[in-house]
Amino acid sequence: MLDLTTQIGTLTLKNPIMPASGTFSEDLAQVFDLDILGAHVTKTITREKRSGNPTPRVCEVRGSMLNSIGIPSKGLDAFKTNVIPFYKNYDAPLIVSISAGSADEFASLCEDISVPGVAAIEVNISCPNIEEDGKAFAMRPSTTEAVMRKLRNATDLPLWAKLTPNTGETTEVAKAAEEAGADALVVSNTLLAMAIDINTKRPKLGNLMGGLSGPAFKPIALRMAYQCAKSVEIPVIGCGGISTIEDVIEYLIAGASAVQVGTATFINPPIMVKMVEGLESYLQSQGLHSVKQLIGSVVDQEASDGLVFMEAAP
Amino acid sequence: MSNIALDTKPDFELAKPIHEVECTIISNEPVNGEYRLLVLNAPSKILDCEPGQFFHLLCPVSDTLQPYLRRPMSIYGYYPDKGELHFLYKVTGEGTSAIATLKAGDNFNVLGPLGRGFDILPNWQNLLLVARGVGLATLAPLALEARRLNRKLTAICSARSDQFLLSLDYFRELGATVIPLTDEAGTSSVENMHSIIEGLIADEGIDAMYTCGSNRILKLLQTVGKEHNIPGQIALEQQMACGIGMCQCCVRAFNRNGAIVNERVCREGPVFDLQEAIGC
Ligand SMILES: Cc1cc2nc3c(=O)[nH]c(=O)nc-3n(C[C@H](O)[C@H](O)[C@H](O)COP(=O)(O)OP(=O)(O)OC[C@H]3O[C@@H](n4cnc5c(N)ncnc54)[C@H](O)[C@@H]3O)c2cc1C
Ligand SMILES: Cc1cc2nc3c(=O)[nH]c(=O)nc-3n(C[C@H](O)[C@H](O)[C@H](O)COP(=O)(O)O)c2cc1C
Ligand code: FES
Repeated sequence: MLDLTTQIGTLTLKNPIMPASGTFSEDLAQVFDLDILGAHVTKTITREKRSGNPTPRVCEVRGSMLNSIGIPSKGLDAFKTNVIPFYKNYDAPLIVSISAGSADEFASLCEDISVPGVAAIEVNISCPNIEEDGKAFAMRPSTTEAVMRKLRNATDLPLWAKLTPNTGETTEVAKAAEEAGADALVVSNTLLAMAIDINTKRPKLGNLMGGLSGPAFKPIALRMAYQCAKSVEIPVIGCGGISTIEDVIEYLIAGASAVQVGTATFINPPIMVKMVEGLESYLQSQGLHSVKQLIGSVVDQEASDGLVFMEAAP
Repeated sequence: MSNIALDTKPDFELAKPIHEVECTIISNEPVNGEYRLLVLNAPSKILDCEPGQFFHLLCPVSDTLQPYLRRPMSIYGYYPDKGELHFLYKVTGEGTSAIATLKAGDNFNVLGPLGRGFDILPNWQNLLLVARGVGLATLAPLALEARRLNRKLTAICSARSDQFLLSLDYFRELGATVIPLTDEAGTSSVENMHSIIEGLIADEGIDAMYTCGSNRILKLLQTVGKEHNIPGQIALEQQMACGIGMCQCCVRAFNRNGAIVNERVCREGPVFDLQEAIGC
């Protein structure tokens, strides 16, 4: 019997493959049976209604993309009445992603979204902290810890902290989130990037800058997932550029207990189904019986000093 | 002004499946200087389409052309009996250039059918279709459906010159009255189009108007629609990433009950109420 299950704190997922926030919605149910997935992760919501950023909201760069969607949100109430009931038709746990501009608003939204039907809360602390200097909470250990403490006090549900690659302090931020009570880390959100049309000389995104996602981003997010897995005890969920089953396996080997798939679903909507199948065949071909045998199996001679040092290296 | 009851259609829970399939190219030939007709051999499961719907196409990648995201393309024709799916497209950039390299026999990955198509309500007997350039591609299946439903169709087709007037024979074969207008002949001005439409209204009456793309035509039809209380629909474009409603990159603003609302072109559209649409 092949065992695809993975453990994220108290939650057992039937397999380690789930969608990334903002690249998944109920609409995908028209493409495949969503219960094939290990979990469902919603687009980040805010308490208030928001319209999001100006268009164009995406552009492509060689084999990858930039987005500046922002967080258009129909608000908390609409989410509770329309979205949560939809996912009750499925066994896969529902992970709700939330965001706010200040630690207190974040905490109060976290409390209000802790309702039946929600299995865990993913806190998108990669969004700007309006009270500080607009820098994302997860750019610094201190702001990460402060917001995570408030969030921890606001709910009994598992808390997944979604980190940003736009920091020079990956391991410190990861540890701060763990200290403050995060149950898992999602590593990571998109990397701030830019593209300019050389004919019009205008930035290709309406918001001037946006987040890089897709294959070009994978080595960076993989490096972060590895660093985080090395520096914390809580599970790490790898996210960034995953588009093949080999990418999934690579993240698991690096130490991720599960993975999130984002942009690849835009190019190939049933890709996560193929990944679940591919993971099974891979385990079989390797004579393994459980995904857990793969997690953290990287052969790195425990180069522990190198971890912190490498962050500063070119 | 009567708004068309778009929201009486089933939502995604009841909606038809979306398929991602490999098709084979039957042909991919230029039809005139600017446009190419792509004919695919397609499985019947993806040919249960509505006029106005689109597919999201995975462009082939080569050494020189490397489009990444899929490209949205209106269905120009769908023929379940022949197992064929047609697209009419204009080469404008990397993605469409890559599509233009496809040869008979090649595989081609398509996702669809997607979005919400045109409505032809039972009491809409006299239909008017107004299109410019490649916009005809989007409206062509509507002509086929109008014939199937036995409705009377008038098509006003506008282009730069005769050479760029597409599909006139196609519309005529379907029993439509075709009115060609060109910049070259000086007949494509908004004023002229307006007086032609007024003439049609006075003559036999128009029950519904359909268009796509052009801002000038949108404004004109909105004016005519308001004045004569004629409902209409418009197919709109916006850049897309996912094409199925997940990413929210394809939103456009609409006027609804005095407020501005954002809707996803790929999901709530690409066909929208004419009066709610805002040009860009
Ligand atoms: C619902 C829908 C139906 C369409 N139907 C047709 C059709 O039947 N025939 C046809 O020729 N064209 C159609 N288009 C436009 C077509 O999608 C674009 O011409 C095409 O994506 C251009 O890609 P490119 O790489 O060649 O051009 P580039 O300009 O290099 O594209 C760069 C990016 O902008 C996007 N983009 C550029 N122009 C448009 C546009 N007008 N609409 C949406 N995205 C755009 C591309 O998808 C790509 O992501 C349709 C668009 C939509 C949204
Ligand atoms: C269009 C788009 C929208 C996104 N929206 C969100 C969001 O609302 N919240 C969030 O935490 N991450 C969001 N992300 C980031 C993804 O969840 C993911 O972290 C990132 O895209 C990297 O993974 P990928 O390379 O597999 O796409 C978004 C990404 C994309 C491409
Ligand atoms: S293209 Fe993704 S929501 Fe429309």
